[in-house]
Amino acid sequence: MDRATIESKLVDLLVDELGLERDDISMEARFEEDLDVDSLGVVELLMALEDNFDVKIPDEEAEKITTVGEAAELVSQKLNA
Amino acid sequence: MMAEEGKSRVALVTGGSRGIGRAVAELLAAQGHQVAINYVSNEEAANEAVASIEAAGGAAIAIKADVGDEDAVAAMMTQVQEQLGPVEILVNNAGITRDDLLMRMKPDAWDTVMQTNLKSVYLCSKAALRGMLRARWGRIINVSSIAGVAGNAGQANYAAAKAGVIGFTMSLAKEIGSRGITVNAVAPGFIETDMTAALGNDAAAAAADQITLGRLGRPEEVASAVGYLASAEASYITGQTIVVDGGLAI
Repeated sequence: MDRATIESKLVDLLVDELGLERDDISMEARFEEDLDVDSLGVVELLMALEDNFDVKIPDEEAEKITTVGEAAELVSQKLNA
Repeated sequence: MMAEEGKSRVALVTGGSRGIGRAVAELLAAQGHQVAINYVSNEEAANEAVASIEAAGGAAIAIKADVGDEDAVAAMMTQVQEQLGPVEILVNNAGITRDDLLMRMKPDAWDTVMQTNLKSVYLCSKAALRGMLRARWGRIINVSSIAGVAGNAGQANYAAAKAGVIGFTMSLAKEIGSRGITVNAVAPGFIETDMTAALGNDAAAAAADQITLGRLGRPEEVASAVGYLASAEASYITGQTIVVDGGLAI
């Protein structure tokens, strides 16, 4: 899966699963500060990523994710590992 | 989102083969839920509980697992998920006693009770939460004890674990309340189970003297509180501990 497809699916998930506004989302956007996603919301997003991209994200890697772009990068790494 | 009235859900009752756990399993099944009965040692009792539920027209399965062991809990959750679906109602009931005066209590008696009575609550809740978060609905009901509320001589380990369960209940309730998941506890007093039978008749009679209602409780009387907390009627209750002790601690 190429990066653009990953990013596009990720944005869909943020809209569908976390109820975010599509226009607010950029790869630089920080979940907690910019998108008002609480820490449990980030956990839920990572669960959704695991389900939708069929990857396994260990807790210690998940904890480092702060922006949308970092989430896309992590999924990309997992898919191409 | 409100739960539909009378909707059939998947319930897991740890330590569900005997005593309070069995009464809870039977009540939840009678309420129309599919019930996974966890047990660790008494397979015969677990199968009997399943048979009794099935004979009454309910649905249940038995699953062997040590709920104090992370891998065993993960395997149990996978099994429930495959056979029934994601756990929607979790009743953390499994518990043991290793009573002794503190001055004689061995570290093993402390650790074993903490593992089975408290760590299990952490492990099972964490494992079940994934599905509940996804569903934006869930009920976690932890069986504490009056010993965890008021203390009991000879049960420092048990009381500490059961008080821990109450702290856990309030904290998790705050963490996940926004996701439609409630977390509550029930604190039974002296209930007629194998656990209190081990205390002997004299102890039971002495206990009854202290109880406002003048008698020990029945497992069904604790189960009804658990059943209420699992029901749609309890949708606005979270982080609470319902004491079911016949007025022992008032």
